[in-house]
Amino acid sequence: MSAAAATDTLLEVERLTMRFGGLIAINDVSFSARSRQITGVIGPNGAGKTTLFNCITGFYKPTVGRLLLRGAGGMPFMLERMDGFRIGQKAKVARTFQNIRLFPGMSVLENLMVAQHNKLMHASGWTVLGLLGLPSFRRAEAAARDLAIGWLERIKLTHVADEPAGSLPYGDQRRLEIARAMCTEPVLLCLDEPAAGLNPKESAELNALLLSIRDEFGIGLLLIEHDMSVVMGISDHIVVLDYGSKIADGSPLEIRNDPAVIRAYLGEDEKE
Amino acid sequence: MDWFPYFLQQLINGLTLGSIYGLIAIGYTMVYGIIGMVNFAHGDVYMIGAFQAMIVLLLCGTLGITWIPLQLLIMLVVAIVLTAAYGWTVERIAYRPLRGAPRLAPLISAIGMSIVLQNYVQLLQGPRPKPVEPLIRGGVEIMSRADGSFVVQLGYLQMIIIVLTIVLMIGFALLISRTTLGRAQRACEQDMKMASLLGVNVDRTISLTFVMGAALAAVAGMMVTLYWGNNDFYMGFIAGIKAFTAAVLGGIGSLPGAMLGGILIGLIEALWSAYFSAEYKDVAAFGVLILVLIFRPTGLLGRPEVEKV
Amino acid sequence: MTDITHGRNARTADTGPAAPNAYVEAGKEAVYTAVLVFLLGFLMVGYQTQVLQGEQMSYVTRYSDVIWAMLLIPAGRFLLTLTRFDRTLPAVVLGGLGFVYLFGAGVIGVLELPIYGSLLVPVDTLQPHILPFEQPMVNVIFGLGALFVFASAARTRRRKTTGGQSIDIREAAEARQAKVARNLSSVLGPILIIAALVIPLTPWGDRKLVDSLVLVMTYVMLGWGLNIVVGLAGLLDLGYVAFYAVGAYTYAKLSTTLGFNFWESLPLAGAMAATFGLALGFPVLRLRGDYLAIVTLGFGEIIRIILINWQAFTGGPNGIGNIAKIDFFGIPFERNPAEGTTAFHTLFGLEFSTAHRVVFLYYVIIGLALITNFVTIRLRKMPIGRAWEALREDETACRALGINPTNTKLTAFAIGAMFAGFAGSFFATRQGFVSPESFTFIESAVILAIVVLGGMGSQVGVALAAILLIGLPEVLRELSLYRMLVFGGVMVLIMLLRPKGLLSYRVPTIQLHKGKPKTMAPPIVGAVK
Repeated sequence: MSAAAATDTLLEVERLTMRFGGLIAINDVSFSARSRQITGVIGPNGAGKTTLFNCITGFYKPTVGRLLLRGAGGMPFMLERMDGFRIGQKAKVARTFQNIRLFPGMSVLENLMVAQHNKLMHASGWTVLGLLGLPSFRRAEAAARDLAIGWLERIKLTHVADEPAGSLPYGDQRRLEIARAMCTEPVLLCLDEPAAGLNPKESAELNALLLSIRDEFGIGLLLIEHDMSVVMGISDHIVVLDYGSKIADGSPLEIRNDPAVIRAYLGEDEKE
Repeated sequence: MDWFPYFLQQLINGLTLGSIYGLIAIGYTMVYGIIGMVNFAHGDVYMIGAFQAMIVLLLCGTLGITWIPLQLLIMLVVAIVLTAAYGWTVERIAYRPLRGAPRLAPLISAIGMSIVLQNYVQLLQGPRPKPVEPLIRGGVEIMSRADGSFVVQLGYLQMIIIVLTIVLMIGFALLISRTTLGRAQRACEQDMKMASLLGVNVDRTISLTFVMGAALAAVAGMMVTLYWGNNDFYMGFIAGIKAFTAAVLGGIGSLPGAMLGGILIGLIEALWSAYFSAEYKDVAAFGVLILVLIFRPTGLLGRPEVEKV
Repeated sequence: MTDITHGRNARTADTGPAAPNAYVEAGKEAVYTAVLVFLLGFLMVGYQTQVLQGEQMSYVTRYSDVIWAMLLIPAGRFLLTLTRFDRTLPAVVLGGLGFVYLFGAGVIGVLELPIYGSLLVPVDTLQPHILPFEQPMVNVIFGLGALFVFASAARTRRRKTTGGQSIDIREAAEARQAKVARNLSSVLGPILIIAALVIPLTPWGDRKLVDSLVLVMTYVMLGWGLNIVVGLAGLLDLGYVAFYAVGAYTYAKLSTTLGFNFWESLPLAGAMAATFGLALGFPVLRLRGDYLAIVTLGFGEIIRIILINWQAFTGGPNGIGNIAKIDFFGIPFERNPAEGTTAFHTLFGLEFSTAHRVVFLYYVIIGLALITNFVTIRLRKMPIGRAWEALREDETACRALGINPTNTKLTAFAIGAMFAGFAGSFFATRQGFVSPESFTFIESAVILAIVVLGGMGSQVGVALAAILLIGLPEVLRELSLYRMLVFGGVMVLIMLLRPKGLLSYRVPTIQLHKGKPKTMAPPIVGAVK
């Protein structure tokens, strides 16, 4: 495994429980994710993976539990107490969605510029200085544009930079969404089934992209995935959920041979 | 206990008013339940119901029908049928083509439709308010202050309004829970596509929802015509907003909620007018609407919505 | 939604393999429609109630109108149904003829052209007989209905020759429409601005016209202001007129109590309206779109009710009068100015004319409107503008990117309110008088109709829509009775037929590749969250 360099604990999920009325979607789940690592979260349909993501990224308030993120410079954030958007703004957790959520009517480049909103908002003096056309804002805008262009080159979408994001093919939209999340300069990137709907070639490219993000930016990645070749291929660490509970936690090799996981995926005899 | 007679009178008035709001609110709540839109033109359908009831009453005079129960029956039947036709037409023209369109498209269309209906009536019937002679006078004295300075009265018309509302509500509850139509309606509420795959005629079910809402609004319009007897083309706007408030307060999508909300709004309005200020009674209604939407958008009896990400 | 739920498919499926006869089907539809028209029209159209002396009511009958409607509307339905069966010729011919006749003769009646009476037959005998409806405007409306029949048949004919319309073709058509809108806008925009600037100097620019144009420009400005809220940020605001009222009353109070002049009050009025925008927006902006719309409507009404009832401060229903008229940056437009001041006409050596003030007012509102336009265009390219548009596209994604949705919406709300405040204080100085009557919900609906018709986010489209919806009824008084009916109808028709508005397109706020900026399809009005 390539995660030889120093890895620090980035996210600690402690005894997380999420109830919707009588339904327990997540039941007392604890695990941790480290920086410079890809942590895969797998489990059968309805195991609570997306709910877990929604708790981490602030779309749901967990019923019980603690979500501690060690941000840049070791600054701790209690994600369970933060408003949804502040998790992106302050704690620097970025995410993508299972059903891609780009800004379809805006151009590809604009999508990447919107992702740098907070930085640019600051540079524009909350719009006032920007309206006056101050050079410091123009410089910040140019820098943001350069960052966006860098990502466009990395995901090979420079030629369609000015097209509406909604008009791109599916695979390109997936990569664009990841690039958009990276433009927020996160410490933790959460990817909700990034390989869904991709063909094998695109899937392989995606793996390469994710590995390069891990190695170059030193951030942590949290990955929900159905495609086992992706999860097993690139994860440094895997958490397995079933019916809302954690049933296994370990390296890909350990998970592959874990009897509980095999049971959850292949079913027990009496269920068949 | 000197305050009690006055208070009781306000309760009676509020209950009457609330019954009327409740009947209109059912139209909002059913439509919202089934296609998830605020039928902004519903208040104007109620206004048209009131106008048609008024014209029927005039025609009864011309035709020499003077027996009050017969007059009431004719008003009720004609107003329901003709107003239902408006409800159907509004849906067919302005909403059906927008099925599956983004959420605010039918709302804007409904606002347009509301303006069209108001001005249609203004052009056809003139802008002046129409005074209607009270048809049913008198009532029962329930109690009075010891010194006889204040008499609590329950008008015959108030009785008719409250009883008719209760009867309609029971009939309606049976309709929704027992009949095929009610089942189709609930199926469409849950999942329109699936219902259509299972052979429910979705378009017809939605049309019938509008027809039923309009029919109840027509009853409300007729009762208002008899109760206040001052119809104008703009009367549907405020009444519609209040009924919508009632629907939201009760929990939009829930039929008992609409009735409960209607009665609460009626009581709030009557008591507010009686004890605070009649001028600001509409502010009370709008204030309740805003507070409910901010603090409890699911209303009293509504189901919470979970955002899907 | 798939086609499964659409009645048309269901019906053709029901009838099975035997192809239905077009004329029989159309006949059936026509009969149904006739019954429906009868139900709708019998009481409401057939009897006009009248209030007599002594509060007695009576009625007059209008059976002939009901009968004509029962003939014409089913006829239209008949032709449209035939069109659906690809028999377009009758619809093209009859629709076209109907349009020419009803619309033509109706317009002659609306304009009260002499030809209507003298050329053909004397007016009294002619009017009821050669046209179905007594009111010429009703004939015009039915004429437009005939045009609709004609147009949809003609389009079906054309489509049949070019083949079916697939999704790709529709997308291409959208892109083409956006391009056309853009080219048209880039031509129309400068033409409109130049025309607006020179009109008072031309021979046509008499007082009456300029006065009407002042009104039109006020609505252009309001439309542009609301466009920030609805078009860019995607928030459906049905109470916009409240901020207009706040601006107007702010100036009215400042002028009548503290003696401020227009220029001193203008920034304060804007600030006051923006403050109201913040205060009202803060609690409600996290609500979902349709609820937000209703709540803003509620706020608008609350403000109006307060204006009516707070006698001591607002003057109640009578409003506030004697508001200082506009001056030329401190120089009054008066025949006999106060001691020690020079009037505008003496300063410039002109003969006194009341038109000076009107023309000056006109240039002031043009200036204000152009500032609104300029600021909007600049804001769109700022981070905040991009965030507005992103919020309109997908609020959930915005939150995931760390954008504060409430603050972002609040700025749009406050900036939109500020421009309404400016417009309001202009309104107060123009009228010299404000009262709650000018700030009803209908005004909000009119401004919204302008934005919707113009096309969201389209500056030229909004100006054009204001000219159509405010200017036309101003010029043709006969129309003004039907003005609101047309407003409502336009809102419905736009949503049904052209949900993107008249002239709308989108240009990216930033571009990577050199060259002419790319034209994109505009947002749909109803797509705001």
